[in-house]
This record gives sequence, structure tokens and C-alpha cells, in this order.
Amino acid sequence: MYRAMTATPLSQIRNFSIIAHIDHGKSTLADRLIQSCGALTAREMKDQILDNMELEQERGITIKAQTVRLTYPAKDGKTYILNLMDTPGHVDFAYEVSRSLAACEGSILVVDASQGVEAQTLANVYQAIDANHEIVPVLNKVDLPAADVERVRAQIEEVVGIPADDAVEVSAKTGLNIEGVLEALVTRLPPPEGNAEAPLQALLVDSWYDPYLGVIILVRIKEGTLRRGDKIRMMQAGSTYHVDQVGVFLPKMTPVDSLGPGEMGYINAAIKTVADVAVGDTVTLDRTPAAQPLAGFKPSIPVVWCGLFPIDADDFEKLRDSLGKLRLNDASFHFEAETSAALGFGFRCGFLGLLHLEIIQERLSREFNLDLIATAPSVVYKMHMTDGTQEDLHNPADMPDLAKIEKIEEPWIKATILVQDEYLGSVLTLCSERRGIQMDLTYVGNRAMAVYRLPLNEVVFDFYDRLKSLTRGYASFDYQMDGYEESDLVRISILVNQEPVDALAFVAHRTVAETRGRAICSKLKDLIPRQLFKIAIQASIGSRIIARETLGALSKDVTAKCYGGDISRKRKLLEKQKEGKKRMRQFGKVEIPQSAFLAALKMD
Amino acid sequence: MHWPFCLAKCPYCDFNSHVRETIPQERFASALRKELAHDAARTGRRPLRSIFFGGGTPSLMDPETVAALIEDASRYFDAEPDLEITLEANPTSVERAKLASFREAGVNRISLGIQSLDDASLRFLGREHSASQAIAALETARSLFARVSFDLIYARPGQSLSEWSGELDRALSLASDHLSLYQLTIEQGTKFEALYRQGRFHLPDDEQAARLYERTADIAGRHGLLPYEISNYARPGAESRHNLTYWRYQDYIGIGPGAHGRLTIGDDLLAIRRHRAPEPWAGRVEQGGCGSTEEIPLSAEERGREALLMGLRLTEGISCAAFRTRTSREIGECLDPRILDAALEEGYLTFDRERLIATREGRLRLEALLSALVL
Ligand SMILES: Nc1nc2c(ncn2[C@@H]2O[C@H](COP(=O)(O)OP(=O)(O)OP(=O)(O)O)[C@@H](O)[C@H]2O)c(=O)[nH]1
Ligand SMILES: C[S@@+](CC[C@H](N)C(=O)[O-])C[C@H]1O[C@@H](n2cnc3c(N)ncnc32)[C@H](O)[C@@H]1O
Ligand code: SF4
Ligand SMILES: [Mg+2]
Repeated sequence: MYRAMTATPLSQIRNFSIIAHIDHGKSTLADRLIQSCGALTAREMKDQILDNMELEQERGITIKAQTVRLTYPAKDGKTYILNLMDTPGHVDFAYEVSRSLAACEGSILVVDASQGVEAQTLANVYQAIDANHEIVPVLNKVDLPAADVERVRAQIEEVVGIPADDAVEVSAKTGLNIEGVLEALVTRLPPPEGNAEAPLQALLVDSWYDPYLGVIILVRIKEGTLRRGDKIRMMQAGSTYHVDQVGVFLPKMTPVDSLGPGEMGYINAAIKTVADVAVGDTVTLDRTPAAQPLAGFKPSIPVVWCGLFPIDADDFEKLRDSLGKLRLNDASFHFEAETSAALGFGFRCGFLGLLHLEIIQERLSREFNLDLIATAPSVVYKMHMTDGTQEDLHNPADMPDLAKIEKIEEPWIKATILVQDEYLGSVLTLCSERRGIQMDLTYVGNRAMAVYRLPLNEVVFDFYDRLKSLTRGYASFDYQMDGYEESDLVRISILVNQEPVDALAFVAHRTVAETRGRAICSKLKDLIPRQLFKIAIQASIGSRIIARETLGALSKDVTAKCYGGDISRKRKLLEKQKEGKKRMRQFGKVEIPQSAFLAALKMD
Repeated sequence: MHWPFCLAKCPYCDFNSHVRETIPQERFASALRKELAHDAARTGRRPLRSIFFGGGTPSLMDPETVAALIEDASRYFDAEPDLEITLEANPTSVERAKLASFREAGVNRISLGIQSLDDASLRFLGREHSASQAIAALETARSLFARVSFDLIYARPGQSLSEWSGELDRALSLASDHLSLYQLTIEQGTKFEALYRQGRFHLPDDEQAARLYERTADIAGRHGLLPYEISNYARPGAESRHNLTYWRYQDYIGIGPGAHGRLTIGDDLLAIRRHRAPEPWAGRVEQGGCGSTEEIPLSAEERGREALLMGLRLTEGISCAAFRTRTSREIGECLDPRILDAALEEGYLTFDRERLIATREGRLRLEALLSALVL
């Protein structure tokens, strides 16, 4: 079934992103918009229908931005095409938001009327303003008794700094006033611009791997027209493809004959080489290419790195292939091959944050059936060497000899924390324990807003968990990178029987080095099963030992029972153990299973 | 000779034992004899040092069957003058008359499965006899046989050092010159495995198990019974010759369902295993004379491993010369040199030109030691 695009006039198209702090109801509002435009029947509908990843449903969060094309007969008698992009709220998925914003002309800013403005509300609004978006504020969850519309309206004006008297009051849950949102969209957001006859310029917004269809890409047409059968060219990559199918999301994938300016849709062009697809690239026609590519996206810069190693060494190639496919669907994630003496062959992977890291690991295990070990997350340090050169350090194990280092700089962040007054004290203590510097402390309604500069290094080390537990989950937290500063940092090595375990090395500020070194040694002592010989577990800075634990030899390990003459059973058991030893690492006279490191690396 | 039937299945036991409403005595008697004849035909006459009726519960066999098998074996092979003939007996199936007929049949050593001298523990172990029945059975056996051993299972859930010391002292006062003292292990597929996994009972931890083991050796030693293998204690000279054959890695024929053998035929050392299920085993024997499912020649590496796995359980350790003859390898070639050095230094092993020996400390950790040491 092909639907001919009866070239909708640009004036009847609206492209918008739904943005908000996490959990303020973006995906639920998208549900109601889809429903009231009749895109899905009641039977097809379910909660947060756009969160189609299993992981999203389980955790109740959006991870991937999603696009839907809706048809809305407005009060002015015209029928509009609405391209909706639901975005994630969590800061770690901000790259999804920024790409969606680039594909739209306007945004709906959802604010939970019972919670008010939160850290990520601010961050997302500023991004939308940077993208020159027209913004429609929506006050959601007005059905809740705690909803305080007037207070939140005032907050939006004061804190966010955008007018809010005509903010639309809705309940995405009950469906109250969804019509109001739709009307605001068509009356208050600008239509897209573009010329159907111009050379094609389509922005590559997203891509993913479909086991049946291969690589699928999502584009926003800026100029020109794209038709089934066209030969397209990726302007950056230079590769060309024959378009097998173009289509739109209704929200089901539905083929169409063509896509014109202002429209969004997918392309299936039998693209085999995953590496040829880069979000931000411009798709044009091979025969009549555009003169200039579009501006594209700022590349995302990972702020946290960790090693990912297959538990089964034979899975290395499968891991490489899976990472490639996953990266297609998540451009904010980076990887490069790495070898570890303790863990074998794997990849050093970069992420936008710890949740991102966790989600990628989960997706690898679920979507690609891989069992992995992740090493402790590390930030990127800038090393200034005595010979005048400069290096980025992604992996503490690679830290050069201290004598060769002139100075080390570490990344800082500017963090915004909103928290109830009663928890403010403990939050301030936590920040100062983590070497934070207070920049600002104001009140937003009855909540305090603390702005801190913090070393990112301190934040990747269980900061979220501590913040959550100190505030019973009530604090909201957002950060942006805020430059590099010189710091008195040291690399702490962990030694097992005098041999360094590369995967456990970490960098910390000198003042906390000993405490953390001791903590890891004692944790390892509990995690490594007792062995035939006693084991020394040490932490060191350079050649100086700062912590030491001894794990005694196991005291008894022999099966008393005899098996009559069944020696084969015992021998086969031994031979199987030998096979298992491929997964062990020799430390002098002891062998430690990788699983012990796995446990040790799961540091909170 | 493996007799695969028991009156009831004990919840900890993973031996090849089966419960049948009526045991097909005749069928199994003739199948055992037939399989023995089959193997005797391929070995030819060789010296015969011991016969062991194990199980299952061989005390459920008809004494005539035992008599016939002993007679057959004595005919096929050259019995040594002090041929040891052991029969495993369960306290619930050893009336005086039956034991006497076993003696008539030629049995000269009895091994009784007593398991515990504590009634509550016997119930936990699912045994169908009481402590006093077990003691009575032991006294009967001792009155009829010069050589009587019995088995106990210790390191039971919650067992304290002092409880076990008391029980063991009593056991030693009843013992003659041999005891098998096994720490309870959880075996796959047993009822205990399920219960243990559900957390219905706990075993002593490694350290407690080590203390119990050491205390056991101390107490047995005070009564003159020395550990000659991990779990076996004897007055010097009273060791079970039959079990020594396994541990010294010498030839043995295994007859009966699930029986294993190590048999030199020509240049090969065969690892022989019989069908585990009683009736299919008997069917095979009736058809072709032999119930084997596997007869695999062992490589020099495999022989080396097996000799080490068995020999280091023994207090006497492994003779370098015997090892060389049996496996065509040097002991040193079969060991990881780093672990050997470390184990010598740690006092887990001693090694000279004559013998490789696991010390008491080494034997306590034998599984871990072997898995690191043996290449
Ligand atoms: N009472 C009430 N609950 C709502 C309303 N809208 C959303 N919710 C609930 O708020 C929770 C979060 O809703 P989502 O739609 O997943 O929020 P989101 O903004 O998409 O979250 P992220 O994508 O993770 O940032 C869910 O439990 C919704 O049922 C509303 O109008 N009223
Ligand atoms: C094959 S059984 C023969 C004894 C005979 N069937 C009886 O139970 O009286 C040999 C001995 O192994 C020991 N044994 C069996 N299963 C055991 C286990 N799971 N843990 C410790 N010892 C065990 C028992 O002491 C048993 O007597
Ligand atoms: S322990 Fe003995 S009696 Fe109990 S089932 Fe096992 S072989 Fe039979
Ligand atoms: Mg969502």
C-alpha cells in the first residue's frame, strides 16, 4: 500500500519535539496526541507506546527519541501534518534531544505541575532556544492534587525566562485538554520552509539496524524531494545507494512514494556498511547533488570511558560487530579496540554518563546476547608531558610514568541540583566531600537550587547513588562540562601477588587515594575466592604501597568420598577445569577467575 | 563386582543403586558370572589379589551367588595365598545366618555401612537402621570375621567438634583395625542436593570441615588407626588391599552395572565402563557376554593424570618408578613446575627421587592442588 504524498503545503506541516525533565510526562503526552489524531485504535494503544524498547518499558524511561507522523484536522478547517518527536529526559541521552531539535522548528516544553521546573527542564529549554525554536509550555499532570499551576507558571517565567501565561494546562494521563495542545501547535509553531524543486538536502537524524531490512535511516527533508527509486549519495561518506523504500511512521512503518521539504521519514536503501552511516550527514541525489551539505551535528564527546570485555573470549568479533550495529542507533557512544592483561581482548568505550553506560551494557546483553565485563568508569584526563607534548588519557592503565608528566588536568562540570530544603544540608556536605565549589544557592519555590563546580571524576564515583539515597530520590541533578583544571591526581594500581591488575587501576585525587585504595583491597579480599596459596592484595601509588590485605589459603578442599573405581569421572572433571582455566589469569602461583574481577568491578 | 540394588535409596547417595520390588537374583547372578567369564577369557591367567563386592547393597545377594563368583574367579585366575575378599553390608540386611553363609562362600572381610552412631543423624541420613541395630550388626560381623571395617559419614549439618569426637571415640572402641570416615558431600541429582540448594540445611564451612578432619586423624591415631588415604584409617598392615589397587593405579576388572575397570590388554590400558542401568546391562551381557558401553585406551597423558589423581590421595604418595612403568612418563613432566615449586615451599608436597607425596596439609586441599598442579 503506497500512499501518494499529495504534496502537503508547507504551511500545513508542523515539526516539533517534546522536551522535559525526566518523567514529566513526554511519552504519555505523545500517547494522547497519537490517540486523538486517530493514528492508532484503542486496541493498538498502550501506555508510552513510543517507548518500544523492552528496556524503556521496564525502566519507565525513554532512551531513544521516536518520530511519529500525525494528521490533525484543526479548528481552522485545514488538515495539518504533525511530525512529533518524543525525546528522552535523562541528561545522559541529551544527544538524542539535540538531534531531534535540529530536525524541528518548535518544541513543546512539558513541565510537571506538581513538581515544577527541574534541572533538566532548564538544560533542554536552553538547547531549544539555541536551536531557534518556538516553545509552547505545557503544564502537565494537573489532575494531581499536588498540582500547583500558578506557582509553576511563575517559576517558568522567573527561572526559565520564557512567557507562560498561555501555557497549556493538561493531564496527559486523563487526556484533559489535549485539543488545547494540538491547537497551540498549529497556531503557535512556525511551519517549515523549503523548496520542493531544489536539489535534495536531507538531514540524517538517526539510524538503526533491522535484522530483516538491514540499515534504516531517519531523515528530515530540508530542501528538495526524495522518491522511491532515487539514487542517493551520503555527502560526507561519499557512498551511493539505490532507494528501495521511503516511508513514514504512523507510528507503524508505512511506505510512501516520496517525501517533500519539511517532512520526516525513513529510507531503506540496502545499506550494508554500517560505517557509511553517520548521523548529521546530508543525503542528496547522486544525479543532481546539493552544492553544500547541511550544518550537521556537533559530534558528541564521551565523558566517561570504560572497558568492555567479552566473558567468553570467542565472542570478541561478535562484540565488535554488535558495537557497530549499536553505534548505528546511538551516535553518542564510541568504541575502540583495547587489550587487557587481566581480561583479554575487548573495547574501550565512551559514554555520555553512567546511565548511558549501563543502558549500552544492557542492550548488548539483551539485543546481542553477549556476556560482558565492564571495568570501572574513568573520565578523560589531559596529560601534559615534560617533553611538551599533550595526551588524552582514557584508560588509567595507560598512565605514563609520573616522572614524564609535567601536570595532569581533569574535567570539571557545572552541576545544578534542585532539592527540598530538608535535604539541602546533606547535599552540600556531599558536594564538598567531592571537592565541589559552590557557585550559587537560590530558591525555586520551596526548593533550593544549588549550582556547584565539581570534578567529574568524583561524580562518576557513585555520586548519583549517594545523592539519591541522601535525598530519598527527590533531588534532581543535571550537569554540563565546564573545562579542565590542573589537579593533584595519582594513579592507584591494584596488585595481586605483586602483579598489577590493569583492569582495576584508577585515578584519584591524592587526598582520597588511600581511602579508596583500602576500600578496593578489602572488597577484593571478600570477592576473590580463597585459593590454594595465600594472596597478597595491595594498592600502590608508583612503588609506594598504600593498602594491603592478605587473603588466606583455603583451608580444606578435598572430596572425602571415593568413587569405587570410577577414575574417569575425576579425570574428566580435572580436564574440564583445565578448559575453564583459559578464563583465568595467573598471578604468580595463583590463578584467579575472571568472574572475581567481574564482581570486583561492579563497584556500586 | 557391583551389585546395583538397595532396599531404599539414601538421600545423599549417588552410587549406582536401584530399588526393585523383587530383585531378579538369578538373572543378575548369571549375568555377573557371564561377564566375569568374558573378561577372564581376554585377560588370561593373572595373579588375583582381591575381590570386592560393592554396591548398592551386596549383602542383599544370595550367598550362593557370592560363592559361585568367588569360585569362578579362583578358577580363572591365580589367587594369591592371602586373597582379600570383601563384601559391603548394610546393617538392615545382615542376619547372623546370612553373614555366616557369606563366610562359607569365601568372604573374609566385611565393610559395614553404619554411617552414624547417633539415631537423629541416622534419621537425617535417611537410614533405615538405628544405632543399636548397627552396633549389633557390627558385633555379629566381628564375631564371624577377622577383618571388619565400617563407614561413617561426618561433617554433618551443625555437627560440633565435641559431638563428633564423642561419636568417633565410641566408634573406635567398637572398631577392629579399619575404618572409612567420609565427610558428607552433596552429590548431583540426589535428594540432599535439592534440599541443600533450597537452604534447608547447611554444611560446615571449609574451616570447620578442616578442623573436623584434623580432629578425626588425631583421635583415630590415638587408637592406633592411621590415615592411609584421605578417608581411610587402618592399623598398619590392615589397609584394604582392594582399594589400594585403585589408588596405586593398578589393574582391576569391574563387573556389573556401572562398574569401571582399568585393564591392560596387550599394549593398551583400557578404561572400561559398563552400562549403568541394571536391566540393559544384563541384556547386553546375555547377548554378547559383556555389558561395556566404553572401552577406551588411555593416552600416556591421561594415564599420568589418573595416576596422580589417585596416588596423591594416599599417605604413601606415588612411587616414581611405578608411575614411570604404568604411564611411560616421568612425574615431573605431568606437573606445572611453578605450582610444584610453590607447593613444595608451602609444604603441600614432598618430592624426592623415590616418591611424590602430598603432605597432610596438601591432602586437605587436594582438589585445588591437583587442579593447579596437574598438566
Ligand atoms: N497523574 C498523572 N501522571 C502522569 C501524567 N502524565 C504522565 N504521568 C505519569 O508520569 C510518569 C512518567 O511518564 P512518562 O510519559 O514516561 O514521562 P517522560 O517524560 O516520557 O519520561 P522520560 O522519557 O524518561 O524522560 C508515568 O508514570 C506516567 O503515567 C499526568 O498527566 N497525570
Ligand atoms: C557405596 S556405599 C556402600 C555402603 C552400603 N551401600 C551402605 O550404604 O550401607 C559406600 C559409602 O560411601 C559413603 N557415602 C555415600 N554417599 C556419600 C556422600 N554423599 N557423602 C559422604 N559419604 C558418602 C557412605 O559412607 C557409604 O557407606
Ligand atoms: S548409601 Fe548404600 S544403601 Fe544407601 S542408597 Fe547408597 S548404596 Fe544404597
Ligand atoms: Mg519518555
